[in-house]
Amino acid sequence: MTAILPPAERLWWKHPLDRVEGTWIAIAFVWCMVMFFMMIYWHINGRQNLSTETYKASPEAYQARAEAWASQYTVRVDETTGNPVVAPPAGGDAYLIARLWSFWPTLELEKDKTYRLHLYSMDYNHGFSLQPSNINIQVVPGYEHVVTVTPNQSGTYSVVCNEFCGIGHHTMVGTLYVK
Amino acid sequence: MATTTSYRTCSISGLQFESRAEKLIAANAVAGVVFLLIGGLLALGVALTRWPSVHWLQADKFYQVLTAHGLNMLIFWMIFFEIALLYFCASTLLRCRIATPKIAWLAFALMLVGAAMNNVAVYQGASSVMMTSYVPMPATPSFYLGLVLFAVGALIGCFVFFGTLVVAKRDKTYEGSIPLVTFGAVTAAIIAVFTIASGAIILVPTWLWSIGVVKEVDPLIYRLVWWGLGHSSQQINVAAQISVWYLVAAVAFGAKPMSERVSRGAFLLYILFLQLASAHHLLADPGVSTNWKVLNTSYFMYFAVLASMIHGLTVPGAMEVAQRQKGFTRGLFEWLRRAPWGNPTFSGVFISIIGFGFLGGISGVMMGTEQLNMIIHNTIYVPGHFHATVVVGTTLTFMALTYYLLPVLFKREVINPGLAKLQPYLFGLAMYVFCLVMMGAGTLGVPRRHWDLGFGGMPGAYEWPGAAYLMMGLVGISGVVAIIGGALYIYLTVGTLLWGRKVAVAGASAQPTPIPPTAPTLAAQSYGSLGFAAPGTFVLAMVFLVSFVLYYFVNWKYLSTLWGMS
Repeated sequence: MTAILPPAERLWWKHPLDRVEGTWIAIAFVWCMVMFFMMIYWHINGRQNLSTETYKASPEAYQARAEAWASQYTVRVDETTGNPVVAPPAGGDAYLIARLWSFWPTLELEKDKTYRLHLYSMDYNHGFSLQPSNINIQVVPGYEHVVTVTPNQSGTYSVVCNEFCGIGHHTMVGTLYVK
Repeated sequence: MATTTSYRTCSISGLQFESRAEKLIAANAVAGVVFLLIGGLLALGVALTRWPSVHWLQADKFYQVLTAHGLNMLIFWMIFFEIALLYFCASTLLRCRIATPKIAWLAFALMLVGAAMNNVAVYQGASSVMMTSYVPMPATPSFYLGLVLFAVGALIGCFVFFGTLVVAKRDKTYEGSIPLVTFGAVTAAIIAVFTIASGAIILVPTWLWSIGVVKEVDPLIYRLVWWGLGHSSQQINVAAQISVWYLVAAVAFGAKPMSERVSRGAFLLYILFLQLASAHHLLADPGVSTNWKVLNTSYFMYFAVLASMIHGLTVPGAMEVAQRQKGFTRGLFEWLRRAPWGNPTFSGVFISIIGFGFLGGISGVMMGTEQLNMIIHNTIYVPGHFHATVVVGTTLTFMALTYYLLPVLFKREVINPGLAKLQPYLFGLAMYVFCLVMMGAGTLGVPRRHWDLGFGGMPGAYEWPGAAYLMMGLVGISGVVAIIGGALYIYLTVGTLLWGRKVAVAGASAQPTPIPPTAPTLAAQSYGSLGFAAPGTFVLAMVFLVSFVLYYFVNWKYLSTLWGMS
């Protein structure tokens, strides 16, 4: 009878569907399909899809590559943070190192140009949270994640670490310029 | 086998309790409430620190308190209460003895020791790694060992539940199929086995790593398998809480399910697809393919979402049908207006259903969409969402159930019924606000698990907009109000157990009384309007759908304005 008793009808699975339920199931099913195909549609026609290009890399190897790249394209030193400001050529690689508790270096990108942004953590999990746009990507140690980005607005952005990484987590923040 | 046990029939509810099962249900439920109390005290530390103008605890204390808060609430409180619920749904609803009570006590002891060990490890200070404890950030070995012991205990509890189902079947204490609520509990238990096994698979090697036996645990594999525990344990909650919704509809209204087939089918969809949702936590990760993300994050084409949308209709729908049969047929909503709003068991569940659907459900599907996840991943939007699901959804539902169980199981009348009437409103509505402002702050980018909006004064740090500070202030205020609501619950339950007036107990018998077979009722339904048995609920469901669709596409619109990424 009620939900805390065995169903009164032994063949409950033959009970006809109520009209309210049937209608709602049909509507809900259509909506579920819309949501499912929306993700696929965005991969075909949308401009914001997270890359899955990933490499395993050791901290030493990644750091050596990032430092060699930075020495080639450093344009100045950021006065407030003391970090080198690195401006890679459009279409080129841009490396970012996340570690306890800073981002290195400060990147300077150009609006409407495309870059291969490499994200890597030297130690624990970190978060790449680009503000004020609010784009958030996980940074997992040992895995080099290459994300192709095309900034569409110039200005000064901040990169906030939004994955808990220990006692200094809340001081982990970097800058990113878009000209 | 036939050791001394007895069966009593509750004079209020008509439920039959076996004495050994009754003690186990009570012990697990009480242990759960103790961990809720601990988690609630810790919540005060979290709320008062994230309230920017109060900023109470130091950073190290804050991260420590937040770690313990997450574990005590999401793991210990919920799973203890769920084990109690499993035993209730098997032994009590099927009117049989509980299988292997001694092993059930062993399970209880393991869970208690594990939970205590984990808590001690966190309070010692070297395990402030958050509930997720992502490697390679290290915690002390006893942190992991405590969790493993707890998991093993809970797993044993699940098998005691399955064993009890076998006992009932063999002793023929019921005829036909098990009740819908027990069916929901089976769903929860199956999900629990998957969940706990995932936990053991990743936490055992992590524990071995912490004592130096294993050299390395891969950080990405850890995240993948750990979320089989972390997210799926919340799916146990969903299945358990929805079973309770059906139970409350039955006891508060005498409602019967609109259709057994639909409700059971929806639970079946949970068993098949709900687990896939652990993929939500890896949507912003490197190393997992797009196809994997799309298929898993959508719970295989959103079939589990479909199941939740079905339950969201059928539970209030069953209440509406029962109310209409009682004659509350005027307009679309007389059935709802004339519902027992003063009964905390009903009001708690109803506030829970609405909050779970509108706040938790919609936000959950939005943030679980592969691309949209990028605009909220690891922001405070995430705890905003899961406080709507596990606090408004599960905790409030369990609170509501407690008011029903106090006289029935604990044989005490609730002290201060006036306060009990108020409690679900205070707690539930404060949590509504809390979740909304947290999600608001998250859309502005405020990170979760973060001690200081000011970044400790780092040069060149980001300056949050004023609205973020305002939202986080409201998070603090509404959080404190909700904690007061939670404290009321603790006061009422503990007070009732200590000082509540005893309910007269009928004599016990040595043999169980089987459930009498119920006569089939005519399927024809003449109530409702326009051929709809529950038109009011249908209108509510359409309001839900419209909010869902609008909110979903507003987020796509925002996403389309961001940097190009491929």
